[in-house]
Amino acid sequence: MTAIDLGLPTLGGLDGIPTFDGKQTAKDYKSDQEVRWCPGCGDYAVLAAVQGFMPQLGLKRENIVFVSGIGCSSRFPYYMNTYGVHSIHGRAPALATGLAVSRPDLSVWVVTGDGDALSIGGNHLMHTLRRNVNLKILLFNNRIYGLTKGQYSPTSEIGKVTKSTPMGSLDNPFNPVSLALGAEATFVARTLDSDRKQLTEVLRAAAEHRGTALVEIYQNCPIFNDGAFEVLREPGERDRRIIPLADGQPILFGAEQEYGVVRDPATGGLSVCKVAEVGLDAVVIHDAGLMDPSYAFALSRLTGSDLAHTVTGVFRSVNRPSYDDLARAQVKQARETKPADLQALLRGNDTWTVAD
Amino acid sequence: MSVDVGDTDSPSPAADHEVRKLDRVVIRFAGDSGDGMQLTGDRFTSEAAAFGNDLATLPNFPAEIRAPQGTLPGVSSFQLHFADYDILTPGDRPDVLVAMNPAALKANIADLPPGGMLIVNTDEFTKRNLTKVGYDEDPLGDDSLASFQVHKVAMATLTRGALESTGLGKKDAERAKNMFALGLLSWMYHRPTEGTERFLREKFARKPDIAEANVLAFRAGWNYGETTESFAVTYQVAPAKLATGTYRQITGNTALAYGIVAAGQLAKLPIVLGTYPITPASDILHELSKHKNFGITTFQAEDEIAGIGAALGASYGGSLGMTTTSGPGIALKSETIGLAVMTELPLVVIDVQRGGPSTGLPTKTEQADLLQAMFGRNGEAPVPVVAPQSPADCFRTMLDAVRIALTYRTPVLVLSDGSIANGSEPWMVPAIEDLPDLSVAFATEPNGPDGTFWPYLRDSETLARPWAVPGTPGLEHRIGGLEKQDGTGNISYDPDNHDKMVRLRQAKIDGISVPDVVVDDPSGEASVLVVGWGSTFGPIGAAARRVRNAGHHVATAHLRHINPLPGNLSDMLASYSRVVIPEMNLGQLALLLRAKFLVDAVSYTKVAGLPFKAEELQHVITDIIEGGMTR
Repeated sequence: MTAIDLGLPTLGGLDGIPTFDGKQTAKDYKSDQEVRWCPGCGDYAVLAAVQGFMPQLGLKRENIVFVSGIGCSSRFPYYMNTYGVHSIHGRAPALATGLAVSRPDLSVWVVTGDGDALSIGGNHLMHTLRRNVNLKILLFNNRIYGLTKGQYSPTSEIGKVTKSTPMGSLDNPFNPVSLALGAEATFVARTLDSDRKQLTEVLRAAAEHRGTALVEIYQNCPIFNDGAFEVLREPGERDRRIIPLADGQPILFGAEQEYGVVRDPATGGLSVCKVAEVGLDAVVIHDAGLMDPSYAFALSRLTGSDLAHTVTGVFRSVNRPSYDDLARAQVKQARETKPADLQALLRGNDTWTVAD
Repeated sequence: MSVDVGDTDSPSPAADHEVRKLDRVVIRFAGDSGDGMQLTGDRFTSEAAAFGNDLATLPNFPAEIRAPQGTLPGVSSFQLHFADYDILTPGDRPDVLVAMNPAALKANIADLPPGGMLIVNTDEFTKRNLTKVGYDEDPLGDDSLASFQVHKVAMATLTRGALESTGLGKKDAERAKNMFALGLLSWMYHRPTEGTERFLREKFARKPDIAEANVLAFRAGWNYGETTESFAVTYQVAPAKLATGTYRQITGNTALAYGIVAAGQLAKLPIVLGTYPITPASDILHELSKHKNFGITTFQAEDEIAGIGAALGASYGGSLGMTTTSGPGIALKSETIGLAVMTELPLVVIDVQRGGPSTGLPTKTEQADLLQAMFGRNGEAPVPVVAPQSPADCFRTMLDAVRIALTYRTPVLVLSDGSIANGSEPWMVPAIEDLPDLSVAFATEPNGPDGTFWPYLRDSETLARPWAVPGTPGLEHRIGGLEKQDGTGNISYDPDNHDKMVRLRQAKIDGISVPDVVVDDPSGEASVLVVGWGSTFGPIGAAARRVRNAGHHVATAHLRHINPLPGNLSDMLASYSRVVIPEMNLGQLALLLRAKFLVDAVSYTKVAGLPFKAEELQHVITDIIEGGMTR
C-alpha cells in the first residue's frame, strides 16, 4: 500500500481561504457578548492581540472558526465575531480536526489551556500534532486550574500548594514546548501575554504555517496563581531570563547581549554561557527549519519550571504534508479514478434474479 | 414442513447417487480458529445465494485471534440455514455438522439432533488432541456417536494427496483442507462451484500457487463425494420463491456501510466517518474506507472520543458526521453525544452491540445497550433510537436514521448487534431512483431582528434550528455546551429559560415523525401480542409461525423506532390481553414500555451471547397462550 505523496507543502496555512478585499479593524472581530474574565486576567491581553492581528490576515471573517474546550480561556470563541464552538473539556482538537479535514476553506483556531490541552485532552493534542492537521492551537498556560477555582495543573511546579494539594503537589510538570516537539510538531512557539509585539509576530507566523501550529502563551491568573510569570516582566530580571529566538541570528540575550546559547559537548544538548568566555562564534545560530526536532527540543530544555531561562519565539517551523491535505488528496484521487456509481455498488458482483 | 436430512436411511453402496429434495437445511462448519471456518461458511453462503436460496447465517467465533490450537476456547463455527422459502433465522440446530477436530466435535455435538449427519476430519483425532479436550476414549472408536450418521473423512491426508503435484510443503497443503470440506459439501448439496473457484483465484491473486492449491483441494472434496461410495445420497434445495427482484447476499455491517454511502448521495453531502476500531463494528470502517470515490472521508482517530468529536466537527462544518462503535465506545462517546444534543447538530452514532458489561463478550451478540442509548448521558439529553431487525434491513434503517438526523438536527443512535453485523441474508437490491431524497438546506440569510442571526430560532413544525455552516457571511455565531437563551443562542443561566430549553429539546425528539408499527395477526383472533426490537425479529417471527402451525393464534409487532415510539403503539398494546417482550437483555424494552404505557408486559429474557432459538420462543409463547407462564 502506498500513501499519497504530496511532496513538500507548496501551500501556506491560509491558502484556499477566501480573502476580504475591504478594510477590517479589530472592532470587526469583537462580538456583542460581554467579556466575563476576572479583572486583570491575562486572557484580555491575548484577546486584544488576536482581535488586533486578525485584520492583518485579510481573510473573510465568516471563514474563520475558533474552537475551544473547557476552562477560562475556552470562553474565547464567544468574544470573537467569527464562527465558534465552545466544546468539551479536552476535545477541541478532535472537533477541529473533523472541521479542518472537511473544510479546506476555513482558518481553524483552537483555544485551550494547560489543563484542557495537557491533562484531560493530552491524547488529542499529541495525536493532532503527530498528524499535522492544519490547525492553529493557542495554549494559554497559567499553571493552574482557574475555572474550578484553584487546583494545580500539569504545568504547575512541583510542590505547588493549592486547594487540592495543601501539602504540595507531587507530579513533575510538563514543558508544553518539549511535549509538542516530542510529538514532532511542525510549528512550535512560545510567547507571553504581556509581550504584544512578539505575540502578534508569533500568531502571524502560526497562521501562515501549513499544518498544526502550537503556540504556548504564558498567561497570568490574577486570582489563583498571580505573578506566576512576574519574573519575566520585571525589568531587572526579564533580560537575564528571557532568551528570544530570531531565525538565522545567534541566540544572544541579557541586557548587554552578554549571554549566549552554545552546544554542550558533555551532554549533546545546549547550555547557556557568557559570550565573553566562549566567543561569539561558539553561539548557536537559530535555525527553526531543521527537520530533525532534536535541536529545537534541546532549546526547549533550557526552560525549567523555575523560569531561570525562558526561551521565547519560534522554536521550530518545518514543512511536512498536513493530514487534512493528504486526506482530501485521497478522496480526490479516488473520485478521479473510480466513478461514484451507487447502483453498481449496491448491486455488487454476485446477484441473482427472482422472476415472477 | 422441513425434511430433516437425518430422516434418511443409512447410506447404501449404490454407485448412482440418489438425489433427495429438501426444503431447508442447516449446516454448521466447526473447527479451530486457524482452520478457516468463517471463510468456508462465507463461501458456502455465497454458493447458496448464487443458487437463489433464501438464507440466514450465524458466525460464532472466539475473541482471541488464535486461541491455543485444538482447544475448546479456540473453536470457531459458522452456521448456515438455506431454504426454498423465506426463512427468518440461521436455524436452531444443524442438520449437518462438519467437525474439523476433536474440540469442534466436543463443543458442537450436543446441538446435533439424533439422526443428524456428522462429517469428521479424522486426521486430527490423535491421542494428544483428544486428551487436550478431555476425551479419554476416541469418540470415533466407541458407540457414543451411534445416533448420528457419521462420515469419517481423512481430510488433511486426502488434501495432501491431491496437492502432491504442487510441490507445496505438508503444512501449506493441509491448510487447504477447509476447501476440501467445502468441496465435499458443495457436491452433496448440488451447489454451483464457479463462484468459489473465481473467488479463490481473486483472493490469492498474488500467490497463484496457493490459489491453485485451494482450487485443487476444493475439487478434490467434490470428487471425493462423487467417486467414493460412502455418500449414497445427495440433496437438492430448490431456489426460494422470494418476491420478484434482483438479490444479493449482504451482511449487516456491509448493509450499514452501504446505507451510509447512499445517505451521503441522497443528501448530497460529504460523509465524514470519525471512528476507532472495535469489535464487532470495525467492518463498517473497513467497508467505507473503500468508497472514498463517493466523497467519503474515513478518519481512524486516536480514541473513541476523538472519533465522534471529529464527526461532530465535520457536521458543524456542513458534512454528515458519522461514528461507529460498540457498547464500550458508546460509554466513551456519551459526553460528545450530549454536546450534539445541546448544539443540535446532525450526527449518526452506530452501536453494534456485543455482550457486556465492560469488555464483556466482544464477539457475541446482546441487546443490553438499549437503556444506555436512551439515557446514558448527563442531564435531560433525549436522542432518537432506531434499530435494524436483520442484516439486510440495516440499509433502510440507516437511511431512516439519516433522515431524522438531518431533518431534526440531532444525534441519532442506531442499535445493531453482533448477530446482525456478521450474519448475512439475501437483500433485494433497491433501485436508486426509488430511494428517498434526503437533501436539506443550509441557512443562508439572517433570521433575527435588525439583520442579526439567531442560531436557535426553530422551525415551527420540526422544532429544528437552522444549520448555519462556517463560510456563510452574516451568520457568524457561537455555539457550545453551555445552556443557551431560547432563540438568540447566547449563554443563559436563567432558570425559566433552562426549563423551557430542556422541554423544547425533549419536544423536538418526541415530535419526530416515525411510521406506525404494523401488527402481524393473520387470523385476527390473537389475544397474545409478541413485541420485539432489533435482531429478535427473526426468532420471534419463526416462533410465531410454529405457534400458528400448531393451531394457536398469536400476533407479533416489531419496533424499528424505540425513541420516539410509534404513535399507534399505545392503542395496539392495549388491544391485546397479554404482551410478551423477548429480549437479549434483562428486560430493557419491557421496562420502557411498562413505564410509558403502564402495560403489564411479560418480559422473557436471555443473555447467552447467542440469538434466541425459534423453538425456545415457540414454547414461551405457547405457555403464555395456554395461560401457563407469566414470568
